[in-house]
Amino acid sequence: MKIKLTFWRVIFLIIMALGLYSAFIRYFRGLGAATNMSDQFPWGLWIGFDCLCGVMLASGGFCMVGAVYLFNVERLHSVVRPAVLTAFLGYILFIVGLLFDLGRPWFIWHQLIYMNFHSVMFEVGMCVMTYTTVLFFEFLPNIFERFNLQTPIKWINKIYPVLIVLGILLSTLHQSSLGSLYLIMPSKLHPFWYTPALPFLFFGSAIAVGLAMTIFESTQSAKAFGRHLELPVLVTLGGALLVALWVNALLRFEDYLHRGMLRQIIRPSYEAYFLWLELALTFVIPITMLSFKKVRLSPELLYLASIFTVLGFITNRLNIALIGFETYAGHHYMPKWTEFSITLMIIAMGFALFGLAAKYLPIFPEKAHVVEQHVRTQPRPVAASAVLSHAGY
Amino acid sequence: MSKALLYDATMCIGCKQCEAACAQQNKLPYDDRVAAESVQSEHKYTVVLTKDDKFMRRLCMHCEHPACASACPVGAFHKTKEGPVVYDVWKCIGCRYCMVACAFAQPKYEWQSLNPRVRKCIMCPDRVLAGKQTACAEICPTGATKFGEREDLIQEARDRIRQSPSTYLPRIYGLNEVGGTSVFILSSKKVEEYGYPASEKIGETPMPEYTGRVMDRVPDFIPVWSLVLGGIYWISHRREEVAAAEAEEKKNGGAR
Repeated sequence: MKIKLTFWRVIFLIIMALGLYSAFIRYFRGLGAATNMSDQFPWGLWIGFDCLCGVMLASGGFCMVGAVYLFNVERLHSVVRPAVLTAFLGYILFIVGLLFDLGRPWFIWHQLIYMNFHSVMFEVGMCVMTYTTVLFFEFLPNIFERFNLQTPIKWINKIYPVLIVLGILLSTLHQSSLGSLYLIMPSKLHPFWYTPALPFLFFGSAIAVGLAMTIFESTQSAKAFGRHLELPVLVTLGGALLVALWVNALLRFEDYLHRGMLRQIIRPSYEAYFLWLELALTFVIPITMLSFKKVRLSPELLYLASIFTVLGFITNRLNIALIGFETYAGHHYMPKWTEFSITLMIIAMGFALFGLAAKYLPIFPEKAHVVEQHVRTQPRPVAASAVLSHAGY
Repeated sequence: MSKALLYDATMCIGCKQCEAACAQQNKLPYDDRVAAESVQSEHKYTVVLTKDDKFMRRLCMHCEHPACASACPVGAFHKTKEGPVVYDVWKCIGCRYCMVACAFAQPKYEWQSLNPRVRKCIMCPDRVLAGKQTACAEICPTGATKFGEREDLIQEARDRIRQSPSTYLPRIYGLNEVGGTSVFILSSKKVEEYGYPASEKIGETPMPEYTGRVMDRVPDFIPVWSLVLGGIYWISHRREEVAAAEAEEKKNGGAR
């Protein structure tokens, strides 16, 4: 077999090479040599992006499972598998990222024996561990179908309702708890971002990003694998995204109003610039875009709106994890190249693994043959206009 | 009975013997170069700061309700009944949540190590358990750092302020901050000038309460939310079954 060296493969190889070199520095020279973290900035890019954003970006899994299996939104059935795959890969890569960030990663299993039930970090750790296991079982049918193993598929189908409920329960807990992590530092995190509502905001943003990421990856994989793009799916997701963004925006506004911060957030300051950027990307741009029917019916514009949303909430979490601490720490934190390089490597691994899975496993509906026996029938690829009228447009 | 430290900045002469004694007690390097460092670090648990001929010591406050102990996922920190907040290195996984959580920014990290530990003043627990003073209190030539029963030291601090109100600012830093600590500071200058967080900024609520309010809900949330989710699942699938059964009936009826 000959492997062609395309542009993206070369980029991938460069990223992997730099990443492995950085990993060497991290494990053989220590955190001090590999990062710009310090006693003033104990959490850097790896917590801010790999962990906080990583878990958020993987939320499409529980959103889609919830929509399809809990609320019976049949139209979205074709995106459940890619969403679950993204979530499964996302959580695995989150754990990989954690192994870089933890000072003593070889003791990560201590979590299971020295439990501190008061610790939010403990709750997040346990939920992530269990949820990754649940995602593994939700992902398993792909493997069984690939090798046409009927008996284990039946077993999985039997426990599927439990997996669904457990998965959503665990997601609710840890998506919100990531926000609760910051509740213990009221004097450190900047008041633009410190609020008792943090767990609610984190859960809300996970849902919005789950929807946006599903739009993003559907469009992206349609481009990459030359698949037929299912417009009705995107239209449904786009509508839901608009609602989710409004709910998030309202929550944020209520929070600022309640805490009497509205005056402060419009006054220019270092933090305010980052807050404005975040609010523009999360709310102003995508909500304005999605308010137009033309946008909600156009795959390209929906794709664009979803990218703005995802970038916006990434900015939001980086603001919380990094920018929000700069005033307290008294200095700016800029990640070292090795930190960027490892984060890039993890992202690249995500794309590569997704590509491999999509190629060799029945992730996308065309390839799913045995799949549908247990769950309801697949929505037929209907002409877009017919489904649109059905969707109420 | 719980022990505590009282540091009276007005009595301090800045000799830094506490720094040296602390280093010796904890087997840390100490020389002129370390003595000149004016920040706490993984090799300097306590520091004597100088500002306009006035001195100030910084060290772990040994909170009554320590944020580090509540934050640590593996419970590597705990408050002993004798007063010290101690660290069990063998449990630590290195997540550094303690460092982020501490309002006084006391836990420091061995960033250069390949098997890094969190480092902070642990109030000489071995000595305290043996009925001795902490190393810093024992060596202090002027009595600026005093070791004793927590209640006694609070009384003494109050007496000192009452006896010479012109010398001291009228407050005992550490008495009520974050729900009370085991290190009290008396001074003529505001402690904020030396990097301590302002009292009004950290408040009097123990830091673990902020996360506790949420964590306390979790045990109730799990069964309730599972029931709700399970209920939704059951309803939406029941509806489907009913629809299927009705369709079946219709078909049969039509055939008859």
